[in-house]
Amino acid sequence: MALILDHVTYEYGTGTELKVKALDDINLVIPDGQFIGLIGHTGSGKSTLVQHLNGLIKPTSGNIYYNGKDIHDEDFSKKELRSKVGLVFQYPEHQLFEIDVFSDVCFGPKNLGLDKKEVELRAYQALKQVGLEDEYFYQSPFDLSGGQKRRVAIAGVLAMKPEVLILDEPTAGLDPKGRDEILGLVSKLRKETGMTIILVSHSMDDVAEYVDRILVMNKGRLMFDDEPKKVFSHVEELESMGLAAPQVTYIMMELKKRGYPVDTNVITISEAAKEIKRVWASK
Amino acid sequence: MGIIKTKNVVFDYIRRNEEGDVEGITTAVKDVSMDIQEGDFIAILGHNGSGKSTLAKHFNAILYPTEGTVWVNGKDTTDDSKLWDIRQEAGMVFQNPDNQIIGQVVEEDVGFGPENMGIPTREIWERVEESLKAVGMYEYRKHSPNKLSGGQKQRVSIAGVIAMHPKCIILDEPTAMLDPNGRKEVIRAVRALNDVERVTVILITHYMEEIIYANKVFVMDAGEIAMEGTPREIFSQVEKLKQLRLEVPKVTLLAYELKKSGLDLPDGILTTKELADALEQKG
Amino acid sequence: MIRDITIGQYYQTDSVIHRLDPRVKLVATLVFIVSLFLVNNILGYVIAALFLFSMIKLSHVPFKFIVKGMKAIVFLLMITVVFNLFLTPGEAVFSIWKLSISREGIILAAKMAVRLTFLILGSSIMTLTTTPNNLTDGMEKGLKPLRLFKVPVHEVAMMMSIALRFIPILLEETDKIMKAQMARGADFESGGLIQKAKSLVPLLVPLFISAFRRANDLAMAMEARCYRGGDGRTKMKPLCYKKRDYIAYLTLALYMVCCIVLGRMISLGQIASLIGITI
Repeated sequence: MALILDHVTYEYGTGTELKVKALDDINLVIPDGQFIGLIGHTGSGKSTLVQHLNGLIKPTSGNIYYNGKDIHDEDFSKKELRSKVGLVFQYPEHQLFEIDVFSDVCFGPKNLGLDKKEVELRAYQALKQVGLEDEYFYQSPFDLSGGQKRRVAIAGVLAMKPEVLILDEPTAGLDPKGRDEILGLVSKLRKETGMTIILVSHSMDDVAEYVDRILVMNKGRLMFDDEPKKVFSHVEELESMGLAAPQVTYIMMELKKRGYPVDTNVITISEAAKEIKRVWASK
Repeated sequence: MGIIKTKNVVFDYIRRNEEGDVEGITTAVKDVSMDIQEGDFIAILGHNGSGKSTLAKHFNAILYPTEGTVWVNGKDTTDDSKLWDIRQEAGMVFQNPDNQIIGQVVEEDVGFGPENMGIPTREIWERVEESLKAVGMYEYRKHSPNKLSGGQKQRVSIAGVIAMHPKCIILDEPTAMLDPNGRKEVIRAVRALNDVERVTVILITHYMEEIIYANKVFVMDAGEIAMEGTPREIFSQVEKLKQLRLEVPKVTLLAYELKKSGLDLPDGILTTKELADALEQKG
Repeated sequence: MIRDITIGQYYQTDSVIHRLDPRVKLVATLVFIVSLFLVNNILGYVIAALFLFSMIKLSHVPFKFIVKGMKAIVFLLMITVVFNLFLTPGEAVFSIWKLSISREGIILAAKMAVRLTFLILGSSIMTLTTTPNNLTDGMEKGLKPLRLFKVPVHEVAMMMSIALRFIPILLEETDKIMKAQMARGADFESGGLIQKAKSLVPLLVPLFISAFRRANDLAMAMEARCYRGGDGRTKMKPLCYKKRDYIAYLTLALYMVCCIVLGRMISLGQIASLIGITI
């Protein structure tokens, strides 16, 4: 068992009129190797939740366990936790600061106190993992394109060799191709390394085809925790939270409403095409 | 001549080294000619770095063409004596909602443009009221912009432009940094402006769902106009859009897949309803 | 955390103080600060405190909110107190090793602490009850005569207003970058002074880059909205004095007189005999 959240609540502005429960009694088990989508609109508490997982925010009440140990115990090393639970923030390219790409990726492993050779090896591997070509290694990170910068920033976290990788809205602000590239990269990482991945997003369409499990947050509460198909069947509840099911789900539901015996559980375009073909061929 | 017309516009970014010598020239806009009529809803589409934002900045004289001419309501943008008329007639909304709000209170921000134009106080108040009502933000007039959501901030920015009574409003990726709800809010406000107030709208975006309402779409690539036509005409060319690093709405993509596998459907299906109707006709 | 700094942040509510002309509030703040350095007896401080707390009461800003903003300057306050305690020569009351605390030191330290606290509280009432735009309007109009001496009053006022608007945004950004770097194992707390300074590089570089990008964006947005300096601008909320502003000026004058007469002219001995205690 990798990560366990036990009755985690987080409030800010405690004691004033502005008291807000950003997280409200969250119970969660995140086993090794799962690919999880964390969905919620802005302000639903999803970013607050992931910052609890690597100890950046301490819960007001409740406990978080990593491999059976309470992460807020005196003798638990936060630094080690942060290397094991890697968190890539929203717009991560805004944290780049070194003179060249390679040094920037070295920052994480260097902070772990590794020797120079190991640091550089890890940085090199991480940059390879995100698919950045060698020619960019010694360029200033600020001269790269938006998508490249973001990949460098992700490499900066990968170089710490995390066991759990959390990406907070990794596709924000990118164009469709850039978005597909990042999502493709994430699913490739998952296939190659088998690490636990938590993908935070406000779009079901982004995560639907990749993840094993979806968590839906609303107003600091965990509303759904299930496999994608089951979550998408709650279209009305999702909409009342300001979310939407994947577009394909809507298409299939419309067809079903018009009396066609289609399976509304399909998620991807190709599955939907196959399903529609099957039903229409039988006519 | 339309409200905005460009003729053979070229724009070069000149990069200089520390001594001020020319290091390289990047042509961001290449030979663009377009003629936009009053009351139009125009969408300019393109991946990041396609030159669409650079082109947009020519429409209200933030940038001037290296070659060619841009006319706003018949006025050449390089004519310095008309500069302020041009900026009043062609208002601009930018991508980052935080970086374009000047006022600390919503209504003061909306009043900023009219103040600069030297409008009498009483009329400023009338304009602020009507503009905030037009984007549905009147009840927030006394709020601090920092407390608003991204979509609300962008609506305030739009109100700030409307208060200047422009003939045309240019929105440079106004939704790129917003979540789906914020995107919907902003697009709804923009459509209402075009429908009700008959303001010419030029919407620059890379989100496909946002352009279905446009009456004309330009697709840019490498600084040139790669495609132009109605949304339906554009979306019927799925392969070409993919080459241009863009995508089509999921519904259109599904229809395209179905068609490719032998189901005879019309080109350029844009909505779930259209697809269901087309399939219904098949039986 | 860093977000708790409330100095300079406008607190939205409705009160007499909020509605006062910003020029009145600027003058009042100035008068209050001057009064703090004019008074030199306990009665004077009591009058200042009374004035200050009635203003806080009138402003409808929760006291807790104001105090929260003070947290940021506790460090500064401590330094002042410590320096005054140990470095004022005089009759020693207490000494350890080579350091000694003098009677004069205690009095001076207490005075400085009170003055500083009052000063910050007083000026934060102004910023808490006045929107930056309003404040800069006040400055611009109040300082207009300086334009004769080629002082760019409008530009300075605009710069201040923008700086104030972006303070909360940049603070939030600092918080975010800090966390992002901590997620990469950065340590902003341990180590010596040099180590600490070095550890700020990963925070400051991204912060500066972001600030420049924002400045650039904002300049473009302002120009796009026809901003061209102060000439020919009209005002959405032009300043003109109302009855309450004149009353405020009167109150202020009365306060100043009280401070001078009771807080300065009457000697300590006279008060002591008045109240009947000897210091």
